[in-house]
Amino acid sequence: MMLLILLGIPLFAAVVLAFVGDRKYAAEINILGSALNFAAGLGLAFQVYLEGPSLAAGKFFFVDAFNVYLAVLTSFVSMTTAVFSRRYMRREREHGRVGHMGMRFYHAMFQVFIFAMLLCLLTNNVGVLWIAMELATLSTVLLVSLYRTPTAIEAAWKYFILCGVGIAQALFGTVLLYFAAEKVLGEGGEALLWTNLSLVSDKLEPTVLSLAFVFLMVGYGTKVGLVPLHNWLPDAHSEGPTPISAVLSGLLLNVALYALVRCKVLVDGSTGTHHAGDIMMGFGLLSILVAAFSLLRQKDIKRMFSYSSIEHMGIATFAFGLGGPIATFGGLLHMLVHSLAKSSIFFTVGHASQMHRTQEMDRIKGLIKGNPLVGWGLMFGVMAIVGMPPFGVFTSEFLILTATMKDAPLLTPFLLLGLAVAFAALFRKVQPMVSGDVPSYQKPMTVANLPVLLHMALVLIIGVYMPHFLNQWFHTAVELLK
Amino acid sequence: MNLAVAAQIISFLAALVLLSAFGMLVQRRMYGLIHLFAWQGLFLSISTAVVGFVAGKHHLYISSVLTLSLKVVLLPYILHVLIQRLKIQKEVETVVNVPMTMLIGIALVIFSYHLTAPVREISTLVTRSVLAIALATVMIGLLMMITRRHAVTQIIGFLAMENGLFFAATSATYGMPLVVELGVALDVLIAAFIFGIFFFHIHTTFDSLDVEQMARLKEGD
Repeated sequence: MMLLILLGIPLFAAVVLAFVGDRKYAAEINILGSALNFAAGLGLAFQVYLEGPSLAAGKFFFVDAFNVYLAVLTSFVSMTTAVFSRRYMRREREHGRVGHMGMRFYHAMFQVFIFAMLLCLLTNNVGVLWIAMELATLSTVLLVSLYRTPTAIEAAWKYFILCGVGIAQALFGTVLLYFAAEKVLGEGGEALLWTNLSLVSDKLEPTVLSLAFVFLMVGYGTKVGLVPLHNWLPDAHSEGPTPISAVLSGLLLNVALYALVRCKVLVDGSTGTHHAGDIMMGFGLLSILVAAFSLLRQKDIKRMFSYSSIEHMGIATFAFGLGGPIATFGGLLHMLVHSLAKSSIFFTVGHASQMHRTQEMDRIKGLIKGNPLVGWGLMFGVMAIVGMPPFGVFTSEFLILTATMKDAPLLTPFLLLGLAVAFAALFRKVQPMVSGDVPSYQKPMTVANLPVLLHMALVLIIGVYMPHFLNQWFHTAVELLK
Repeated sequence: MNLAVAAQIISFLAALVLLSAFGMLVQRRMYGLIHLFAWQGLFLSISTAVVGFVAGKHHLYISSVLTLSLKVVLLPYILHVLIQRLKIQKEVETVVNVPMTMLIGIALVIFSYHLTAPVREISTLVTRSVLAIALATVMIGLLMMITRRHAVTQIIGFLAMENGLFFAATSATYGMPLVVELGVALDVLIAAFIFGIFFFHIHTTFDSLDVEQMARLKEGD
């Protein structure tokens, strides 16, 4: 029941916001909708904590230890992003970067996007998973081009075409999966239900499934932003409005990786080999290295942090590919802490670029003196994202590194190299921005404190002390993904 | 209709689908391209109905009608209107190198047959040989998107890919569950509206639908 409420709220809010449009309280309604959604997410989490996994609406939706934490995370980050976007988008409106229709569209599509991601996470049907993923892309394409500048339109077009092509490959993979499944489970909707498939995965035809995985990997891998399928990502993240960058980076990439991991479990069960894992490790490691070196030559602040997202999704993909309890645990944790830290960074980056009216890093200076929350928020965010203790990213990266040393020692140097280069690059770029004197063109402004503080506090708490329920979910999820 | 006849009809239609894919690869004129796309949708729709008839799967009739209304009537109509509004019907674009593209297309067909060989062997359906052609159609759609540098042709390539995927779904498995097919159709419809909006945005911003002009976002500048 809770599950249906969770899915219903954003859909309802989208309809309401489409009618409210650019009126005075649109942003507040957006916050209210997201907050209610988060409450429903907590309710669902509580239910899973007490009663364990469950199905809803026949067998159409399901919730288990793996998707519950991602669903709560999605509703949480969408709530804080809604809070952040209230002031941010109002200011963009004042600057004339977005118009009357744009605001109506923005609020409604924001909620549709949240709905699509939650549908992705909670659906039991692998086919519907694909549809929801496509819906998530389509709902954000026109948000990326919201400012209608030539570069924004170019970025959105690239996003539309590349993700459309990529996700088409995933559909072909899903067709092949269904082809194998109907031989075992019979025809009809039952044969695409994940709860059914996972029970009989060892009976699925391995040749078909390994072929299917190649297509699924390319398809969902494009959405995860793995190198060499990542071209759309930096453009879409840097040209869209910052709240959208925050949810794209913090949530959508996670959801795509979730889809990939679900498929991998089926393929592993069928083939009984480590091929799928090897492919994922290859893509993951390549993403880490390419993204880390690309970080060095970035000039645009949002572009830089989108490369950092590629790197971190590479780390998580690598961890899931490696498999084993420690690496999988690390991967799950990494998805959580990266999402929290990265969206918090995008909040501060949004404020910083509004204060300077530019996204060029050379022109952003003296943030700590100009606005301590933005300056320190960015500084601590970067410290968290590069994996300094005591933040949560350190814990997850440490776990993944330990597992790599044990299971694939030859890859450890490459992983370390990637992490070290990213560390150096980010610090070198961020240091001049936060320190120094306030330049004359910097404009003081009031900022939304709560989202940044909340996110950073959570990343810190998870790094120091892992709550019992989270620990329990991760352990159950590790069993599920074995 | 006995199985052998049905299998031949489906193979024939599959050949026509592939032929129209190759036709699109070399067609230079905008309207010609849209007509070829509509033909491809028609072949797809008929073959879906035949598969549904032979296999006794009545939900495939729904898919067939859906294909007919969406890909043969609605999408070509939308594209027609857009091209007229934007006045680009005369814009004959230059294809990089037609013989070369054809050769790559042929190589892709062979590659598709090679790739789907293991699946073909274990399939017991009347339509099993069609999977390779479906994959080839997807690949040729992809090739078209790469070689053409025009927003409209890229979209037609994208839709041709979608046709190939749909063909795979009906031929390899007698159709996906209905909820999935309806969802996919809905996504295609939304995508159609989005690219319609996009054409206007690109046209007003860049004064042309040539994608070559969109090259401002590059690394290291």
